[in-house]
Amino acid sequence: MTFFIDRQLTGPYGGYDWLYMQGPFSANPLPSQGLQSPLVPRQQYRQGLAALASYCKTTFAGRGFAELSADEQDKLLTGLEKGEVKLPNFDSRMLFQLVYANTMEGFFADPIYGGNRDMVGWKLVGFPGTRYDYRDVIAKPNQVYTLPPVGLQGRPAWTVGEKP
Amino acid sequence: MNGARLAAICGAVLFSHAALAEPDNYVEAARGKALITAGDCVACHTAPGGQSYAGGLALDTPFGAIMTPNLTPDPTTGLGNWTADDFYHAMHEGIGRDGQHLYPAFPYTAFTKVTRADSDAIFAYLRTLPAVVNAVDRNSLPFPFDIRAAMIGWNALFFTPGTFTPDPKRSDEFNRGAYLVEGLGHCGTCHTPMNAFGANKADVFLQANQIDNWIAPNITDDARLGLGAWSVEEIMQYLSTGQTANTVASGPMADVIVHSTSQMPQTDLHAIAVYLKQRGAAGSATPAVLAASDPHMQSGAAIYVDTCAACHTTSGAGIEHAFPRLAKDPAVQQDDPASLIRVVLAGTRAVATNAEPTALAMPSLGYRLTDAQVADVLTYVRNSWGNAAAAVAASDVAKLRTEVGGPVNAATP
Amino acid sequence: MSRRLPSKDVVIVGLGWTGSIMAYELAKTGLDVVAIERGPWRDTASDFNIGTAPDELRYAIRQDMFLRPKQESITMRNNLSQTALPIRKWGSFLPGNGVGGAGVHWNGQTWRFLPDDFRIRSHMTEKYGAAIMPENNLIQDWPVSYADLEPHYDRFERVAGISGKAGNINGKIIPGGNTWEGARSRDYPTPPLRQGYAQDLFTKAATDRGLHPFPRPSANLSTAYTNTYGCRMGPCTYCGFCEWFGCANYSKASPQTCVLPVLVREKTFEARTNCEVTKVNLATDGKTATGVMYVDEQGQEWEQPADLVLVCAFSLFNVRLLLLSGIGKPYDPNTGEGVVGKNYAYQTGTGSTAYFEDAKFNPFAAAGSLGVALDDFNSDNFDHGPLGFVGGASITCAYTNGRPISYHPTPPGTPTWGSAWKKAVKETYQRVTSVGAQGSVMSYRGNYLDLDPTYKDPLGRPLMRMTFDYKDNERKMSGFMADRCDEIAKAMGAKQTVVKKLVGPWSVVPYQTTHNTGGAIMGSDPKTSVLNRYLQSWDVSNVFVMGASAFPQNAGYNPTGTVGALTYWALDAIKTYLKAPGPLVQA
Repeated sequence: MTFFIDRQLTGPYGGYDWLYMQGPFSANPLPSQGLQSPLVPRQQYRQGLAALASYCKTTFAGRGFAELSADEQDKLLTGLEKGEVKLPNFDSRMLFQLVYANTMEGFFADPIYGGNRDMVGWKLVGFPGTRYDYRDVIAKPNQVYTLPPVGLQGRPAWTVGEKP
Repeated sequence: MNGARLAAICGAVLFSHAALAEPDNYVEAARGKALITAGDCVACHTAPGGQSYAGGLALDTPFGAIMTPNLTPDPTTGLGNWTADDFYHAMHEGIGRDGQHLYPAFPYTAFTKVTRADSDAIFAYLRTLPAVVNAVDRNSLPFPFDIRAAMIGWNALFFTPGTFTPDPKRSDEFNRGAYLVEGLGHCGTCHTPMNAFGANKADVFLQANQIDNWIAPNITDDARLGLGAWSVEEIMQYLSTGQTANTVASGPMADVIVHSTSQMPQTDLHAIAVYLKQRGAAGSATPAVLAASDPHMQSGAAIYVDTCAACHTTSGAGIEHAFPRLAKDPAVQQDDPASLIRVVLAGTRAVATNAEPTALAMPSLGYRLTDAQVADVLTYVRNSWGNAAAAVAASDVAKLRTEVGGPVNAATP
Repeated sequence: MSRRLPSKDVVIVGLGWTGSIMAYELAKTGLDVVAIERGPWRDTASDFNIGTAPDELRYAIRQDMFLRPKQESITMRNNLSQTALPIRKWGSFLPGNGVGGAGVHWNGQTWRFLPDDFRIRSHMTEKYGAAIMPENNLIQDWPVSYADLEPHYDRFERVAGISGKAGNINGKIIPGGNTWEGARSRDYPTPPLRQGYAQDLFTKAATDRGLHPFPRPSANLSTAYTNTYGCRMGPCTYCGFCEWFGCANYSKASPQTCVLPVLVREKTFEARTNCEVTKVNLATDGKTATGVMYVDEQGQEWEQPADLVLVCAFSLFNVRLLLLSGIGKPYDPNTGEGVVGKNYAYQTGTGSTAYFEDAKFNPFAAAGSLGVALDDFNSDNFDHGPLGFVGGASITCAYTNGRPISYHPTPPGTPTWGSAWKKAVKETYQRVTSVGAQGSVMSYRGNYLDLDPTYKDPLGRPLMRMTFDYKDNERKMSGFMADRCDEIAKAMGAKQTVVKKLVGPWSVVPYQTTHNTGGAIMGSDPKTSVLNRYLQSWDVSNVFVMGASAFPQNAGYNPTGTVGALTYWALDAIKTYLKAPGPLVQA
């Protein structure tokens, strides 16, 4: 997952290269006006994760996020999600939304991007991937679909000797 | 100057082979235009971006690149000083105006069959073109191939000059088709296997050949490899529009369609089709079909259903006039799979004609599939749905990958 | 320093659907036509390669094929008391870019508006009295009727190959088709798409309730087809990568599949891509366009003179170009004067999500226009009297995709992450469908487009500002529709439904629809419209403006079918115009 996020951050997404990033940036945008922060994902991660580390250090007696128990982590994440946890100099909800969105993307995107390894995300829901032809499925409604998923780079059955 | 030659030239001038097209030469020049279309001379004698018939195209041969000459009537760089005799000498015997031997990249081995009258008509048409100054380097082959005199030996072994002789046992139409295919059409130049000296092997005429990393397929009446399952109408449709319901021209044949056959009269296309169908079938024996349980067939099947079926369908039937049929298709079963390999690696675009403008394209999949995967999916296609042809090896693919780069374009309109 | 080019007969701004159709139809008469497109050339096998096209992250999430907001965006606010801010990342709507425009990545839902839609003001007032009309509305009758456009709907449908089933051919009602539709002269060119399991449940539930479901007309073709221009298409394979993606197998109608193959063979046609038109140039009297100004990839400015200017840049960007070029008087909502930017409208989307105990809906087997719809609550097909709103909606049960980054539904109350989430996602994916209502939006005084005072594009020109919110009328109408959807969803056998209505101000964040209409409307009166009934500018008679910017208000349907019909309607008028240039309608 970190591999996926790292790679995304090095591309145009990481710098919001395709977005409209001219100022001025409003300090009080309406919720209906959407994304208005000047921080691009690279900055959001750097600053957000630093803020989280700082918060953990002071709140959990020097332990970092990775050293917390699973229960503590869950509680902290929920607090970030709801905005109840206040991070120093960073919007906790912004950090949570970013990590959540990127995690979902990595989990469900084509494996070529580094996440969804072995198509585990697709297998979870039963999404067949890039196969592109489902005339047979439409012809037989309400039936279980049995073919394994395939990605942009194929699937194990494409290669003689590769384990499925 | 040789006295005999002088006499011959004077004779030529005196005996009404006009050195220049005259205003009332229209009928002959128009006839020549139709003939030059059948011969598709423009394809070789035009450089990319250059003026038609002004030469300068680099023709790749196994011996090096030959630059095609300028056929426009420019006196210095073209045929301005040529006579009809000179032209016929070149067409019939492969010898240029100055006595230099021409290389058989200029298919005089086929054009020898063209009648004197037709040669004169083509020459008359060429004289009507605007003169274009284009000096072409006619000696571009590396040593020792630049020794044109070597063609004397080559001709002795592989060339017999002679005008086409109709076969009295065959219909007029068959003979017309034979004259076109064996002569001006020079179909054998691409479609007949070559020996190591670059000569087409007469005993396997039209039985498929690799050229420019494409396979010009078998066009005998063989059912598996050739036109055996095609009707005369389908052959005409292909030559005229670039496609039938189940297959489409692309690659070098696309150029032939656009510049030549799509502009020929239907009667000539009918004759060509009749000839090709009636001269008989020839081709290699059908190999044993590879079993579906073979691991390469299995991986090929998986690749096919994931990548190919969305166009070519799971039964290999394709979609009429859109995606070629693969089932029992001759192009798919040629002994040499080079065309298939390059089409999968680099994609290809169907020819566009006025009758069929769409020019659907096969996308390139070379980046997506490894050599082994390309080989396996082609092996699967070549041995499914009634097809039977030799398996494709990953090494075949690897070799072609180094030579085939980027998207491959059929001729533009 | 701009450089002037040799003159052309016609310059077309934008090479999408309307630009391609105009370019081909005019070039084939021998006119010298140049189309200037600010995005790249796009070709099926190169750009929608089957090995690269089905990539949700790239095209749906990162929005690779759309207009980059960096190149042009729009500022937005809900009402006049607010400060508009740029839409920094597209959400609510997704403008296209490049050759083919949004015609490349649309879903393909192709409708004809209903006859009453074209005279909604007169009709509703006559039938229900003036009091039913909403407060501050700017609703106008169209200056054309359904009957005027019928043959042109047919033309567009036959170029696109639309798959459907007629419900009314020359007055004969045909069950199984849309029995509410305006009379058609003939059936669709190809049969309807096959539908999925959810659609079968919807058909049965709706029919049992006395409603009239029918297969939604689709530009994803059910069979191979050769269109009017001789272009050949293949059949849709229900790949589920339709909207926001290019079609890899030539089965979605687009400029690429339907027009470009013959357009590129026209010797008098030229396309210039990656060139941005910055304005339409006017003669000093402001009454004639002399051509356009554009900037190429290297930043060099060029002047392209032309006798006729066709603005085909998509509804929103048409309006901006008119504002930047000074064609027509800009609308001022405070005074109510002016016309350019007025009557901006959009679309409502509400409905009900239906969770089933057991089903295998296979949502990934989908096409952009796969779906069964009903028009029983559209236009004035139902009694508005007791309801207190105008407008209506088409109601559909559809699957356009099951792509998991965006579509991984869970029942209400499920945590958003963790092991409980994982379990719910796994169990729910196959068991959810929805019934949706796509509803009309009327035009209002406070919903409009103008130039932003603060934000600029990379060329230094002001961005356009969009002031828009849903009004009470739309909230009421769409809420009513959501309830109707919910009734049907429950009748389909759902164990649980979740109703979705319009809540709060219109937000740019979630994707809704790219059906932006109005801003350069057609009308009978130059005081209240920008274009006459032939889409010709009232002010500059050699400028015609194609697209949904011409709609006086939006109906309960996707706009493309009507955009296509208006293009062919205007084409005929332009051919008349070319014989004797001048205003086609006396103001």
